Amino acid sequence: MKEILKTIADTFLKLPQGFAVTLRLLFKRPVTLDYPRKRETMAPRYKGKHYLERYDDGSERCVCCGLCAAACPADAIYMEPEENERGERFARIYEINLLRCIFCGFCEEACPEEAIFLGREYEFATDSRDSFIYTKEQMLVPYPRKENAFKRIIRRVRKVYGVVQSRR
Amino acid sequence: MLEFVIIASLKVIAVIVVLLTACAYSTLLERKVMAFMQHRIGPLYAGPYGLLQPIADAIKLIFKEDVMPNRAERFAYTLAPMIAFVPSLMVFAVVPFSSNFTLLGYPIPGVISDLNIGVLWVFAVGSLGVYGTILAGWSAGSKYSLLGGLRASAQTISYELAYGLSIVGVVIIGNTLSMTELVNQQERIIDWYIWKQPLGFILYMICAVAETNRAPFDLPEAESELVGGFLTEYSSMRYATFFVGEYAHMIAVGAVGSTLFFGGWQGPWLPPMVWMAIKVFAFIFLFIWLRATLPRFRYDQLMDFGWKVLFPLAVLNTMITGLVVLW
Repeated sequence: MKEILKTIADTFLKLPQGFAVTLRLLFKRPVTLDYPRKRETMAPRYKGKHYLERYDDGSERCVCCGLCAAACPADAIYMEPEENERGERFARIYEINLLRCIFCGFCEEACPEEAIFLGREYEFATDSRDSFIYTKEQMLVPYPRKENAFKRIIRRVRKVYGVVQSRR
Repeated sequence: MLEFVIIASLKVIAVIVVLLTACAYSTLLERKVMAFMQHRIGPLYAGPYGLLQPIADAIKLIFKEDVMPNRAERFAYTLAPMIAFVPSLMVFAVVPFSSNFTLLGYPIPGVISDLNIGVLWVFAVGSLGVYGTILAGWSAGSKYSLLGGLRASAQTISYELAYGLSIVGVVIIGNTLSMTELVNQQERIIDWYIWKQPLGFILYMICAVAETNRAPFDLPEAESELVGGFLTEYSSMRYATFFVGEYAHMIAVGAVGSTLFFGGWQGPWLPPMVWMAIKVFAFIFLFIWLRATLPRFRYDQLMDFGWKVLFPLAVLNTMITGLVVLW
């Protein structure tokens, strides 16, 4: 008998708390992001699609050393080296198969020239498998860069102080 | 005589149109309110804020193929959704929507039909809907449907008793079965029967939720168990009829509850029909709130609760009310 009364009293005390939770949530802002219409920028260290950097004068940083291909756990990188007119080594063919890639970032860590980075782009779905083999031309950053004056100033300041070149 | 017929017919048409629109939009209301209570947004893309979603749903359902299983009993299969849907509409014949007013010189009562046994009509006619469930479960000729239908009808009839008894207290106090008379007796907020019959109202509310197969008593239509219960073999417009019937039943129960316990269209300052709408909307919101908050009863817990808790409490309520009124 006592348990029944205790259960009833308990119900009347606890049940409104449950209802209060749902009612409170009714007036809170929903956490849903209205995805195709609104997008969020990813974190600075987000590992998205790769891009190949250049020096300030426009020459490519990549010297086709093969360290990124060696570091890649999914064996997604393929390259063939060549010598250019100035006698520097560069990559004639540099391809990353984004279907094999696991976006771990090992290639970025392995690169001695700070040439390859993982950027913030994640929307590159298409409907043909072949288009997922990204070539060097598709991944090189454009030269001259399209960037605003503020970013240019920051990059200059960072270069002066020897800080790692910021990601795009 | 002729003007009576015309006025009544116009009222019937008005009530049905408003009611069906309300049913359609209460589906949207439920989805949106439940979504916000679950910290997400509901339908958003069909029209601004999802307002055209019910229309989109209706069009989709109209275009679906109407399946009838080979083993189904044709006549009963076709009849069942109608039996589930129509009684909920018939309840509205006695619900008082507003005070008597005059329009264009004609006096118009605020009900479609001012029966002096209005309450009896509500419960007698409104409970016919359970036959639709039973018939649907059996006529589809499938095991899942039969089991689902049996469970649903067992649940409904076990909560019927407490449902009917819960308002006997109000009738005893009010000394009348007429809905309009009961509303007239609840002039001021202090007169509302909720204060005199709190247990009756709680019982009414719980039984109403169980009657309409709403959460937490929604085992018959539990989508994750029994494949859909008695609705399994229904598609397209028959399914739509069941669903509109369920929401109509919800609105009917809300309207009756607000008439019996909350004073119907009575209320200060705003026009009576607006008050009625506010009260019915509050009931619907309560239904949705319950659905968003509570988990589902297991079937044996459900039956236990109906027979061992609610029915004795309803009898107790009636007895105490009778004793108090006599003395």
